Amino acid sequence: MARYALLTDIHANREAFEAVLADLAGRGITRIVILGDIVGYGPDPGWCVDRAKALAGEGAVIVQGNHDAAIAQIDNSMNAIARTAIEWTCGQLDAAQGAFLEGLPLSVAEDDLIFVHASADCPKDWIYVTSERSAWPSFAATKARAIFCGHVHVPAIYSCDLSSRVQSQRITAGMPVPLIRSRRWLAVVGAVGQPRDGVPEAAYAILDTAKNEVTFRRVPYDKAATSAKVRAAGLPETLALRLLRGS
Amino acid sequence: MRIRPHKGLQIDGFTLGDCLHTGGFATIWDATHALYRTPLVMKVPTILDGYDGPTIVGFEVEQMIMPRLTGPHVPRVYAEGDFATMPYIVTERLPGDSLLKLFKSAPLPIEEVVALAVKMATALHELHKQHVIHLDLKPANLMMRETGEIVFVDFGLSRHDHLPDLLAEEFRIPMGTYPYIAPEQYLRSRDDLRSDIFALGAMIYELATGKQPFGEPMNLRGVRKRLWRDPVPPRALKFRFPDWLQEVILRALEVDPKDRYQSAAQMLFDLQHPAQVKITPRGEKLQQDGKGEVFRRWRRMRRVKSFGPPPANALAQMDNAPILMVAVDLSPEMEALALRLLQAVRRIRATQSDARVACVNVIKTARIGIDQTTDDAGVNLHVSRLVALKSWAAQLDLSEEQVTVAILEGPDPAAEIIGYAVNNQVDHILMGARGSSSTRRFLGSVSSQVVAEAPCSVTVVRIPSYASALDLPAAADNARDRADA
Repeated sequence: MARYALLTDIHANREAFEAVLADLAGRGITRIVILGDIVGYGPDPGWCVDRAKALAGEGAVIVQGNHDAAIAQIDNSMNAIARTAIEWTCGQLDAAQGAFLEGLPLSVAEDDLIFVHASADCPKDWIYVTSERSAWPSFAATKARAIFCGHVHVPAIYSCDLSSRVQSQRITAGMPVPLIRSRRWLAVVGAVGQPRDGVPEAAYAILDTAKNEVTFRRVPYDKAATSAKVRAAGLPETLALRLLRGS
Repeated sequence: MRIRPHKGLQIDGFTLGDCLHTGGFATIWDATHALYRTPLVMKVPTILDGYDGPTIVGFEVEQMIMPRLTGPHVPRVYAEGDFATMPYIVTERLPGDSLLKLFKSAPLPIEEVVALAVKMATALHELHKQHVIHLDLKPANLMMRETGEIVFVDFGLSRHDHLPDLLAEEFRIPMGTYPYIAPEQYLRSRDDLRSDIFALGAMIYELATGKQPFGEPMNLRGVRKRLWRDPVPPRALKFRFPDWLQEVILRALEVDPKDRYQSAAQMLFDLQHPAQVKITPRGEKLQQDGKGEVFRRWRRMRRVKSFGPPPANALAQMDNAPILMVAVDLSPEMEALALRLLQAVRRIRATQSDARVACVNVIKTARIGIDQTTDDAGVNLHVSRLVALKSWAAQLDLSEEQVTVAILEGPDPAAEIIGYAVNNQVDHILMGARGSSSTRRFLGSVSSQVVAEAPCSVTVVRIPSYASALDLPAAADNARDRADA
C-alpha cells in the first residue's frame, strides 16, 4: 500500500516545482513519480534537473518526456517556440545534467500501474491523450489497471469498462476519484510548471493505493516571479504570458 | 463472472446463508464472517451472461458511493467483492423488511404520517449533506432501524456530487421508478437534490391518502403527464385532511424544482411546525386544476427540454437555503443588541435569499419547583414574549413562509438553544452577547456555551465597546429603576 505523488511537465519552473513539493510534504507520500518534461519552456532547467536527480536518489520514479529527450537529440516535430526554448535550455545544462535526462526510461511499470509521459502504446511517438478515442490505444496496449501520463497539461481521467468502452470522467480538483476495480483507468496528470486548462495554479495528483483513489490537486505558486524570469532570460513572451493565464 | 452465489458459498471469509430476497437486478443473502458479530447481508448483482451494462454500472455506482456514506441513515458497508471473481457488497443486516408493506397499509392516521415524514426528511437531509442525491427514493428502498431511524438502501441510481457520474452516458431513457420520479428526472437531469424532495412528497402523499399522486404509469408517456397534470389534492380524497399538510405535500410535488422546498431541512422544518406553515391556494384547493389551466400548462410544458440548472453542486444548493436561527434577547437593556441582530440577519438574507429564519427567545425557568410563568399583572409570560418576538421579527420584512417564531423554556438557556438547533437541522445560529464582565468570564455566558457546543456555525453579535460605553449609563439606570421597583 502506498501513496504516490504524481508530478509531470515541470518545465523548468522552479517556483511551481517547489510549491508542489512543499504541498505534498505533509500528505504522507511514500513515493514521488515524475512523468517527464522536467525541462523546456521555463527559466530554471538546471535547478529543476538537480532537484529531480536528488529525488531520484531518494527513490523517486522518473520517466522521460519529449522535452527531456530533445536535449540530446533535436526533435524536428516541435513547434518554433518549443524549439527556441530547447535551444536556450541546452546552453543552460551541463553534461551531467544532460546525461541524466538522456538516461531516463520512457516508461516504468510498478505492480499493476504504468507511468509514462505520453500515450502508453508507443511512448516514443509522444502522442497526446486528449479524448476517449486517443485514450483507447493506451488501454489496448497494456494490461495495467491504471496508467498515468502527462504531456497534455490539462488534467483528465478516462475509464475502460468490462466491454472495453472508454469513457471520460469528470474530475473536481481536490476531490478523490475512486478507481473502481471493475474498470481500468488512465489519468492524465495536469502540468506542474505550465498549466493550460485556464487555471494558472500548479497541478499534480495523489494516488492512494490503499483507498484505491486518485486526487487531482492544485497549488498556487508565485507565477509572477517565474514569468519575470522567463522574460529576463529572453525566452519568447508567449511563455511568460502562458504562466500568468494558465492557458 | 466466475462464481455464482449459493447457500454455503465461502468467499473472502464470508459464508452465505439463506437467500433473503431476489430482485430484478440483485439477490440478497444472509452472510456470516468469523470476525464480525453483527448480522450481515451480501448483495450480489444478477449479471446476465455476456455484457449486462445497466446492472454492472448500477452496481459500480453503489460500490463507489456506499463506502463513503456514514451515519444511521445508510447501511454500514463491511466489504466489497471484485468483478473478476464475484462482485458483491456486504453491509449490516437491517431488521425487518422495507417499508413497502407499511405503504400498502396506507392511508395511515395523520399523526403517524407526519411522524414518518419527519423521519424521512431528517434522513434525506443527512444524505444530502454527504453530497449524495439518491434519485430512486421509493417505499421499497426505505428501511427502519429498531431505534426508529429511516435507512436508505439501493444507491444504484444515485449521484455523488464529487464523483464521476458513471450512469450519465449509460442510459438514453430516464432512470428511476415511475410513480416517484421527478419531472426533471424524466427530462434526464441527474444533478438536482430537489428530485429527492419530489419523491419524498410523493411518498408522504401515498402514506396519507393510500393513493399514488401520479398513479402507476406503465410507460414514459404516462410519466410525462406529470409535467402538466397536477395530482388530486389530498383534501379531495380524505375528509378533514389538514390544509397545512396538503400545502407541504403539494409544494414538494411542484413541477418546477425552484417552486419546491429547496432543501429537505426546510421541508422538515414545516413538518415540525404545522402551525407556522403559510397556507397558499395550494393548501386550500379541493379539486384538480380545471381543463383550461391544464391545457395552458400542457402547451407550455410540451416543449420544455429542461428546467433551470440547479445550483452548481448539492452543497451550494443547500448553502443557499439554510435554516438560520436567531436567538433574541428581548430585555429592555438589550434593545441595542436586538437591533444589531436584526441588521446581521438582514445582511445574511441579502446573500442567501432562500434562507429560512427561525427566531427564538428563551424563558429561563427555575431548576426545581413550579414556575411562576404568570407575572403580577396576570399576563402570561409566554404569550407576552411571543408577541414581543413577533414584533421584532416583523421588522425583518419577510413573508410568512420565510420566518417562524418560537419561545423556548428551560432552566439552561444554552441547552435549549442547542437542542432546538439539533432538532431542526439549523445551519447557522445568530445570537447576541452581553458585554464581557469579569462575572461572566467566571460563570460563563450563554453565548460561549452555545459556541462551544452547537452542531453548526454560530455568529455572536456584540455592541462595539465605544457604543456600549455610551449606552452604559442608561442601561445602568434602567437596572437601578427596576431594582427600585
